[in-house]
Amino acid sequence: MKRFTELYHELDATTRTTLKVEALERYFREAPPADAVWALWFLSGRRAKRAVNTTLLRSWVAEETGLPLWMVEACYAEVGDLAETLALLLPRAEGGTELPLREVAAERVLALRDLEDEEKRNVVVDSWNRFGTRERLVWHKLITGGFRVGAGRKLVTRALARAAELPPAVVAHRITGQWDPTPDSWERIVRPEDAEGSAARPYPFLLAHPLNDGPDELGALEDWQVEWKWDGIRAQLLHRGGEFLLWSRGEELVTHQFPELQELAPVLPDGLVLDGEVLAWRDGEPLPFGALQRRLGRKKVGETLRTEVPVVFQAYDVLERDGEDLRSRPQAERRALLEEVVEVVSSTPLAPPNLLKVSPRVEASGWAALGALREGARDRGVEGFMLKRRDGEYAVGRPRGLWWKWKVDPLELDAVLIYAQQGHGRRAGLYTDYTFGVWRGEELVPVAKAYTGLTDKQIRTLDRWIRRNTRERFGPVRSVEPEQVFQLAFDGIRTSSRHKSGVALRFPRMARWRQEKAASEATTLEEVEALLARYGDGD
Amino acid sequence: MSDLVQVAEDGLYCPAGDFHIDPWRGVERAVVTHAHADHARWGSEHYLASASGEAILRERLGDISLETLDWAETRRIGEVIVSLHPAGHVRGSAQVRLERDGEVWVVTGDYKVHPDPVAEAFEVVRCHTLVSECTFGLPVYRWPEPEGVYQAIDDWWRENREAGRTSVLFAYALGKAQHVLAAVDASAGPLLAHGAVQKMNEAHRRAGVELPETRYADTEAAKETRGEALVIAPPSSGGRPGWMKKFGRPSTAFASGWMRVRGRRRRRSADRGFVLSDHADWDGILQVVRESGAERVGLTHGKTEPMVRWLRENGWDAWSLPTRYEGEADVDEGAVDEEVEAPEGTEAPGS
Ligand SMILES: [Zn+2]
Repeated sequence: MKRFTELYHELDATTRTTLKVEALERYFREAPPADAVWALWFLSGRRAKRAVNTTLLRSWVAEETGLPLWMVEACYAEVGDLAETLALLLPRAEGGTELPLREVAAERVLALRDLEDEEKRNVVVDSWNRFGTRERLVWHKLITGGFRVGAGRKLVTRALARAAELPPAVVAHRITGQWDPTPDSWERIVRPEDAEGSAARPYPFLLAHPLNDGPDELGALEDWQVEWKWDGIRAQLLHRGGEFLLWSRGEELVTHQFPELQELAPVLPDGLVLDGEVLAWRDGEPLPFGALQRRLGRKKVGETLRTEVPVVFQAYDVLERDGEDLRSRPQAERRALLEEVVEVVSSTPLAPPNLLKVSPRVEASGWAALGALREGARDRGVEGFMLKRRDGEYAVGRPRGLWWKWKVDPLELDAVLIYAQQGHGRRAGLYTDYTFGVWRGEELVPVAKAYTGLTDKQIRTLDRWIRRNTRERFGPVRSVEPEQVFQLAFDGIRTSSRHKSGVALRFPRMARWRQEKAASEATTLEEVEALLARYGDGD
Repeated sequence: MSDLVQVAEDGLYCPAGDFHIDPWRGVERAVVTHAHADHARWGSEHYLASASGEAILRERLGDISLETLDWAETRRIGEVIVSLHPAGHVRGSAQVRLERDGEVWVVTGDYKVHPDPVAEAFEVVRCHTLVSECTFGLPVYRWPEPEGVYQAIDDWWRENREAGRTSVLFAYALGKAQHVLAAVDASAGPLLAHGAVQKMNEAHRRAGVELPETRYADTEAAKETRGEALVIAPPSSGGRPGWMKKFGRPSTAFASGWMRVRGRRRRRSADRGFVLSDHADWDGILQVVRESGAERVGLTHGKTEPMVRWLRENGWDAWSLPTRYEGEADVDEGAVDEEVEAPEGTEAPGS
């Protein structure tokens, strides 16, 4: 419990991602497996449901401290956090318990649920007597189900991957789904990578560079494979050893968010990896990203939603066929193989129709003609072109010169929500005015305020999230956990001494809520400055 | 017979002696408990204050008509016998004892009962009616032993030196800064002070307080002591990137009673928060109420309602006195007792 308490306070004390990951990694390396697995269980968002009623808890604190209940409430109003209030009110205890986390978790957290109130009280009071002040705070968080440390699943995955010396995707796969907090589970999660582990892994995604200067330097158009740049969720579709997996670019498993795509599994050949885009699709056309967004971040996708927002997998590359890694083959060859694979799948009897497509190639007589086509990209529901070198391999990371994205409107950036303020009029009582930040080193600096672009439903969802994830309050303004990423569109950019970031955006608006993106993937101030250098209005 | 102390338009007023205590505006006669800006205001004709705090008060208010009293020395004003007694808040801070026809009132001003190497130790003064400050009048505010906090500050400073980072500790320029300076292990490395702190250090030295040597934290000093120094600066300087820049990437910390609560600690966005207060905590206030023997207790400063209700439920005749301090234009930064203002919205989000 001591070590876990220290971990909690370390995570709580910093907003720096790297420090959080370091603290987690250290913990996972040092803690005994039987404890570490419990820590992982709590950190990955599992909780003891209704272990103890907080009203009872308050009255027990009042009885134990001799303070009237109204005083407990007054203190709660001052502190704003029940677990902390109760810990501060109990008599100070500097020391701590020798009880390991596994015992505390099993006997003093999960077990509470099945006890009668009077028995619960005995366990609670006994725990207070054993625990130090700092431990009580953490334990209160565990028993009230309010355990949050500002370290999302992604950070936990990254830290555990480092500690276990495993690729993050393997860890992400292993901690997904149901498992019990037992040493066996821990062994299964951290064991060295084996065939099963590799089978679950996607390849590192090849990422495109923005083509800011136009295609003049790219040489002949014949050297390039041109596709539309789709506005969906980049994903790799894996079918290996009979298992169907869909990985997003953030190395998150999204298989269960798109259950209909799993219907492809029986007709896919084994040992296949496709790279492509999940798109919301109806009547031969992509739906706006906003539609697809409704499918994201849900535990379960209902039938209604599936009907309203049907999805397809639009493949544009094949990375593995019959278990063979094709990534060193030239783009043109992979393209031919891809068309072949999809053709075979689609012509299989019983193949579910309209689930797997190939991103069509765009033909044009030359760059000028292509440029003209690009003007109409918005009307097609795409963002521009992808230009892929026909003789290029599928390299790792973001090498220059292989893939270019030639977007219609470059004036966009991905920013992290950092402050929210309540709106007025129709939006009174809802958090509708947002401040967004971009990364300067490890710090988020405010870059824009935006009020428009979200649907009413999104606003309500975000409002609830904001209330649950408030870090601090400044009068009507709340600062929130830096987790939500939004794509901001804007009409212009200029330098500004009034803004901490040094830039001001013209008419910023929320183009989309990028729930699939992690905050760490948001735009950096350097990138913003590059936009400024290129598109700046002057001041 | 009327109350010895009442709340008048300009603050606490003693009609029987026709003087104010810590008035909010200039008045004819002001008894001043200590030099913090919410207690010592400009513009009064005559001031009465403790001899021990004279140098600091003059540093703040300059050329004033000031009469001083030694501890427990009495002065008759009108029908009232007035004397001053150490409050332990900052150097020279006083409680005001008033006596008329055997009836005794004590106005504590700001005070603390925890020991402090710079301020004179708090003295319990028996009275019938106590007017006490109540800045931290909730049972969640209970201070750790200061020795442990000093040790934690030393440890933090050492860790920073080992990591080659300058340490910047935010502490109120008058009181907390000197408290910290006198408490840390000054032999461990160079000590730097922000201008506002340096000014107050000098005033303390003039008052006979021994403080370790501090160097004015200009760019040159910052450069020469990079990675080594402990810098003491008022909290407001943390929000000034221009001032902070010279220390490279320092580790920052904040020393205040508010650091007891995580939410407030976060709001300060310093790397560390040390729970170190110059005000009485919940236990301290109750201790003073009990030991003073007072039957009536007036409470001022802070959220007074819970303390008033608790005292009433436990047999005291308690009431709340309005506090009307608002920061005004003539407040110089070095003198503000920022701890009396809950740090709400100190760092509004940048736009
Ligand atoms: Zn004060």
